[in-house]
Amino acid sequence: MAKVPMQFRLNGSDRAAFADPADNLLTVLRRGLNEFGPKYGCGQGTCGTCSVLIDGELHLACLTLAAACEGASIETVSGMADGPNLHPLQNAFMEHFAAQCGFCTPGMLIAAKALLDRNPNPSREEVIDAIAGNICRCTGYEPIIQAILSAARVSPAQRRS
Amino acid sequence: MARFRGRGMASVNYPIGMNLGGDPSQALIHSNPDGKFTVALSAIDLGQGMKQVTRQVAAETLGVPIEDVYVDTADSDTGPHDMGSFASRGTHRMGNAVIAAAREARGVLLEAAAEELEVNAADLVTDGRGNIHVKGAPSRSITVRATAQAAQFKQGKTIAGRGIFLIPLSSVDAETGEMNPNTAFAHACLVADVEVDDETGDVTVLGMSSAYELGRVINPRMVEQQLVGGAWMGISHALYETPEPYYPNPDHGPRDFNEYLMPGPGDIAPYSITILERPAPDGPFGGKGPGEMCANPVLPAIANAVYNAVGVRVNDLPITPEKILRGIRANGGAKPQARRGGAL
Ligand code: FES
Ligand code: FES
Repeated sequence: MAKVPMQFRLNGSDRAAFADPADNLLTVLRRGLNEFGPKYGCGQGTCGTCSVLIDGELHLACLTLAAACEGASIETVSGMADGPNLHPLQNAFMEHFAAQCGFCTPGMLIAAKALLDRNPNPSREEVIDAIAGNICRCTGYEPIIQAILSAARVSPAQRRS
Repeated sequence: MARFRGRGMASVNYPIGMNLGGDPSQALIHSNPDGKFTVALSAIDLGQGMKQVTRQVAAETLGVPIEDVYVDTADSDTGPHDMGSFASRGTHRMGNAVIAAAREARGVLLEAAAEELEVNAADLVTDGRGNIHVKGAPSRSITVRATAQAAQFKQGKTIAGRGIFLIPLSSVDAETGEMNPNTAFAHACLVADVEVDDETGDVTVLGMSSAYELGRVINPRMVEQQLVGGAWMGISHALYETPEPYYPNPDHGPRDFNEYLMPGPGDIAPYSITILERPAPDGPFGGKGPGEMCANPVLPAIANAVYNAVGVRVNDLPITPEKILRGIRANGGAKPQARRGGAL
């Protein structure tokens, strides 16, 4: 199939790519733009490790048609740190040992960011709900839940949105 | 139509590593011109903490800051030989190989420093902060960095070390069947409390407590996290995971994560862990390593707790609602068993 041009903002920079109109966003990010933050876990919407924010909303990149993101603003885990300063969620994940192999971490961080962006003070149940679409094989989830709750306690002023 | 609580317990004696034809690990360490050290291993860190343990063990033995040790585990083509990251052998086998390599590299480091300071290498000590000095005379010192540079650019010396740790093959005695396959055993005991619904067959894990004896704990937070994650995996194996839920016809088996069940973040139970340290005589700084045994006792403890709750003994995993309901029906109803150790 003929490739088509597409443009969107990726972590604050304008990016353009040529891609198959049927390509999903994960393929375009990873193969087209060398953005390896979102991981390819299942490719069918069941693991969550490809999670990205599209115009601030949580989406699974593997189930999103890249062409549908034309003009949108996409945020991946790679855009969370502010230069050398990690996002409070990233710091909290380290503090709480919330990553072991790290394969789920890009999706967990993005799902957690989506939660804190809309609800800066979530309950434990709301945290569980927010990451229920993300599978972790290693940590047993508890340290991830603890990390997100503790990042939520960092004052919003200290938190980059 | 009731929910029954039960408590189950299981203990494990867990052999560290294996012994199929001998169990060797190798490590190589060299200094870089900036005075930092690279450890090359072929064992892989899959998230269990191999790199961190290696850095700690190497830095401690070399006598340099932990920030000055890099660990390269990437390539089994170019790295020194290792049996691999399995059988919970990493900390024990690789840790010992790293100590051996670091000892040899430290010897060369001190010799190079002695040459620069014009003293005897036996009189030198490291301060763990990147300096080498004469014992009792801290002012007669040289940095590790300056030593590494002198070795490389003036003395023409390689500051490097080779290490191997081998548990040799233990053959079976033809007469008695006796063998000695393992030198280090870790131990644990775990108690699980569950609630079983006799109408749906659902099992809820209410909580777990364990005590783990792991030798010297080289990184306490990583050990704790490995235990927490491993216990989740134990629950998953005990109650959820199977590729053949409707065996004997695997056509209806799971094809993806929608159908291959695992507990999610909402299904986890409070878990309290006590860690006991009885350093292993042949372990690196006494370490053994948790590994697979994080998950192992969870399975029999939950099976025992289910039996304790409703009197159904499920002998094949996972313990699905269907198996529990069939058992309850065969027994003519839930048969709660006696319980010791207080209320749940
Ligand atoms: S890769 Fe997209 S959900 Fe698994
Ligand atoms: S840290 Fe390995 S999958 Fe979550």
